[in-house]
Amino acid sequence: MKQFKGRVVTPGEVTAEAVVTKEGFNTLASLQMALQFGDKEVKCGDQSNKELYGKSLINKALCLPQTIGSTTGGLVLYCACSLQMNPACMLFANHIDSLAAAGAVLADVWVDKVTMPVIDSLGDEFLNYVKDGMKITVKADGIVEVE
Amino acid sequence: MILTKEQQAILDGEKGETLAKVMKTLVMYGDAFEAEKLVPITSKYNHLVTSFGLKVMSPVYDLMQQLLDSDVASEQKFSVDPRPLDKNVPANFLQNLVFNKFMYTKQDFYEKQLGKLGLMDKNAFTCTCYMDEVGNKPQKGEVLSWAESSAVVYANSVLGARCNRNSGIIDIMGSIVGYVPYFGLLTDEGRKATWVVKVKTTKMPEAQLLGSAIGMKVMEDVPYVVGLDQWIGNELNDSACAYLKDFGAATASNGAVGLYHIENLTPEAVELGENLIAEDAKEYIIDDAELERVKNNYPVIWKNPDAKPKLCFVGCPHLSLEQLKSWTLKLEAELKKNGKKKVTINTVFTAAPGVLEAFEKTEYAARLKATGVVTSYICPLMYMNNPLCKKMPVITSSNKLRTYTSARYYTDEEILKTITGGKN
Repeated sequence: MKQFKGRVVTPGEVTAEAVVTKEGFNTLASLQMALQFGDKEVKCGDQSNKELYGKSLINKALCLPQTIGSTTGGLVLYCACSLQMNPACMLFANHIDSLAAAGAVLADVWVDKVTMPVIDSLGDEFLNYVKDGMKITVKADGIVEVE
Repeated sequence: MILTKEQQAILDGEKGETLAKVMKTLVMYGDAFEAEKLVPITSKYNHLVTSFGLKVMSPVYDLMQQLLDSDVASEQKFSVDPRPLDKNVPANFLQNLVFNKFMYTKQDFYEKQLGKLGLMDKNAFTCTCYMDEVGNKPQKGEVLSWAESSAVVYANSVLGARCNRNSGIIDIMGSIVGYVPYFGLLTDEGRKATWVVKVKTTKMPEAQLLGSAIGMKVMEDVPYVVGLDQWIGNELNDSACAYLKDFGAATASNGAVGLYHIENLTPEAVELGENLIAEDAKEYIIDDAELERVKNNYPVIWKNPDAKPKLCFVGCPHLSLEQLKSWTLKLEAELKKNGKKKVTINTVFTAAPGVLEAFEKTEYAARLKATGVVTSYICPLMYMNNPLCKKMPVITSSNKLRTYTSARYYTDEEILKTITGGKN
């Protein structure tokens, strides 16, 4: 088991299975179809992301460098949380980008029944180490355990 | 973050719970970027990205209603991204059924909300709000609370305004409290380039292809682009602005670029030159081979890669008046060359309602109509969100549309040949 220390953007504790991308996660492209058509598995719809395309994201520990793309990305993330179709947590190797930060904060402030911890600045070593299927535990202080 | 007494009072709930939550959202958003303070928004208008009444986005409209019910709407009016629907855009019976009965069922409801929240004009629905015909054009140095990635990157880069890549909802929340957190692209330090991009092509690079290459390489960093002015000039005329509009949209959607500098052309680059380049900036060289490599690596997700296209979209982001005129001339010439009178594939050119209105007053409108091209004010992305449209082979000159949909990207020249019955 390996531990990584990051910065807490939105708080919470969770244990989930990892799903990993080393490319920018295009939130709109990834989630729009799943949300729109009620895909219970919330399969990633971004055909440009070969690592994630077609994989289920719901209740997973999404491990990524950052999000990219449309400025609807933040509200798409907010909607995913409101509809309880969100990842269990989002773990950023880099400093969080403004769109993901907006989505995480909107969900934290305006959605009562869902908690989606978001940790950033975990480092490249984290993203190089973690693989799909590994067990992730997120602690309240920003420690992320990877087994 | 250090708040003023007034800002703290709002956060503490002295002006109501809803406004306190709005302020909390902005403070937490700013805290994520170590913002030390909130600064006043100084632009005349805001611009919002959420223009569509999509059934699945109900949480957004519920939140908007909370704002309206609490009477916290701001005095700052706004433009908003394009509408999703126009009956003039070709769609079959089933596609229309999905649009109207399953997808955009909340459009009328949401447009009423927008009206109450402060829409600047009933037709202010476009991603190119900065066009003269629309009238939402901020000045250099003004602080914005905009969303819409293509508009933000244009405002920052071509107009020299200051705006972060805000998400939808954050856009209007800034307007409501009148402040945005001071970080990133609002700061001089944040506007420095950490990439130098050297354009070494032997011909003028296609705007959206160049933008795509740069966006994918630099992601959210700020590039300082050298060598592009030799192709598009060193004056921000209509042609250069249209090029940069398309270029920027591709950088922002294929990557996460919020600001670029073009040497000798964009206002901050003209003013500050290489002083804009941060220490240890990385380098990216783009030549013809690199552009070809980028283009050839786009995934083709059509079931049948050789399918005959059924629809073509040009205008994501929306076309300028100058682009509509120039496309009319190019189409006429190419149709004549190929012995055709009308385009051979259903083709839609999209532009702002105000731009289309101005275009209608020119001689070019009738000439374009005669070629069989349909003009519309919609967002092509919103159209392509329909799963029945997703299955259709659609072609486009927009790398932004390619990124988010199944539409296949071609250069302007390739599109021109294809829709006029020529051979590529």
